[in-house]
Amino acid sequence: MTNKLLLMPRASRPREVQFPSRRIIDRAGGHAFMMTTAFPLLIVILMIVALLVRTRPILESKPIGDLLLGQTWHPLRGEFGFYPFIIGTLWITLAAMLLAVPPCLLSAVFLAEYARPVIGAIMKPLLDLLAGIPSVVYGVWGLVAIVPWVQTIAAPASQQWLDFLPFFAVNNTTGYSILAGAIVLAVMVAPVIISVTYEVMQAVPDGLRESSLAVGATRWQTIKHVVVPKAAPGILIGIVLGFSRAFGETMAVLMVVGNVPRVPSSIFDPAYPLTALIANNYGEMLSIPLYDSALMGAALVLLMVVLIFNLASALLLQHILRRSQT
Amino acid sequence: MKRRFSRRYLEEKFFQALMGLSLLLVTGSLAGILLTVVIKGAPALTLDMITKTPQGGYYLGKEGGILNAIVGSLYLAGGGTILALIVSIPTVLGLNVYARGTRWADLVRLSLDLMWGTPSIVYGAFGFTLMLALGLKASLLAGIIVLGLLELPIMARAVDELIRMIPEELEESSFALGANRFETALFVILRQILPGLATAILLAFGRGIGDAASVLFTAGYTDRIPDSLMAPAASLPLAVFFQLNTPFPEVQQRAYAAALILTVIVLLTSLGSRWLAGRLGRYTIR
Repeated sequence: MTNKLLLMPRASRPREVQFPSRRIIDRAGGHAFMMTTAFPLLIVILMIVALLVRTRPILESKPIGDLLLGQTWHPLRGEFGFYPFIIGTLWITLAAMLLAVPPCLLSAVFLAEYARPVIGAIMKPLLDLLAGIPSVVYGVWGLVAIVPWVQTIAAPASQQWLDFLPFFAVNNTTGYSILAGAIVLAVMVAPVIISVTYEVMQAVPDGLRESSLAVGATRWQTIKHVVVPKAAPGILIGIVLGFSRAFGETMAVLMVVGNVPRVPSSIFDPAYPLTALIANNYGEMLSIPLYDSALMGAALVLLMVVLIFNLASALLLQHILRRSQT
Repeated sequence: MKRRFSRRYLEEKFFQALMGLSLLLVTGSLAGILLTVVIKGAPALTLDMITKTPQGGYYLGKEGGILNAIVGSLYLAGGGTILALIVSIPTVLGLNVYARGTRWADLVRLSLDLMWGTPSIVYGAFGFTLMLALGLKASLLAGIIVLGLLELPIMARAVDELIRMIPEELEESSFALGANRFETALFVILRQILPGLATAILLAFGRGIGDAASVLFTAGYTDRIPDSLMAPAASLPLAVFFQLNTPFPEVQQRAYAAALILTVIVLLTSLGSRWLAGRLGRYTIR
């Protein structure tokens, strides 16, 4: 077949035979492209493996239960208990999400459903702009505005009126507290949550809204029973993105949260999140045995939590999407 | 009259008020951040800050500026962006042309999402491990590699979005004219996304320049402007952080000024990308 084609005058041969190199390039290029697509997966695996290898010395010398549930952090005496740090991270992230999610969702609903389209068109790029502000700048704001506010207004007010509530006791008068960290984080993740939620709500077809309004529902009822259920998977993505950002944030939190390695019992207590632990101790760790391994372990814990959270939400999302299709 | 006070009417009004309040709260705090940075930073912002490196006794409140950090940050983020670009373009082209709709593409997109969610301090720790393994010291190169990894998922996702917006007919026409996948990817898809790419690049650059935790252990910090890839490099976020931690009010003032400079750079990058997107957008086929 090919021989016959090659006997033809060059110009009248089919292009594939005229330039056989085209097919070779297509194949080779395909292989090259596919090889690079493996890169992100490789990096994720490499990160896990590298951190595991570096964490091994401490995993071998201490049982994992002691590490994760140990209460004391005293590297010089060889005590590495992550418990206060893990709990600190959880407190700050959860408080931040509690503060951020309701107003963010309501704002997004307002922008998508009530505000004139012009306002949405102005707000969207503005939010993207704000999402790009570096975390250090949020930290500076926290230090200058939020910490003094907690110290002089929020803490005394809580002491006067909310002291009997379990999580509102004031035992710390510096202002460097979980509350300060949570406020900074909440504002930091707000642009992300709002812009994602706004976008998915806009994508809900108008026909659905109109039919709901046509049968006599109020706008809020339409939102509650039609728009939000339809947009739920997208809203979930927005919240997960916000959570990931809050959970892994280092600099902004480190600057306002006090960094005391004790298990907190109130939002006015200082805390010491895992991220801050790594960032604060990097310079000095090489001289103390197992210290560096312990810090790598902290990084591994962070990575694993984020991985599990992201995987779970991806699977959940797939499940929801599949169910809504059928 | 009855309608006006019915439960659902009140509910409507209640939630409208709540929404207005929320929006006010959110925009108010975000505006508060920008205001704080400008009010605190502007008085300390002098020409010396952006044209001089730290002189002797700078950290005690003496002469000098943070040119070292400005240039260092631009080098770090610029290098990281180039690195991310080199990896993400073929990755995304591969995903959309050769691996379209396959399970492999789903897996790669999932790992990009995982990378996107990974905290920057973890990149820092990983980068430090990598550095030790390769025998590198804290240097510009190590910082660039780590920022490249950090920016990769941001850039890849932005480019992926761009490619998804290309009308399918365009690719079909390319195939119909006899172009193979490689030629379509390079001469049709890549050209079509080129204007949008400017936006993606600036987006990733802005994210890279603002990140502190990842360069904390990998790029080091120095008062000199780096003259080779192996020299340590200062960065603006760390300049803010370190100067805030000194006990001298003059130096803290400079930290606010540095924060203002950083914010201005990031906002300019972001605005620039918008402007470019609007300007170059007309060169694409819709």
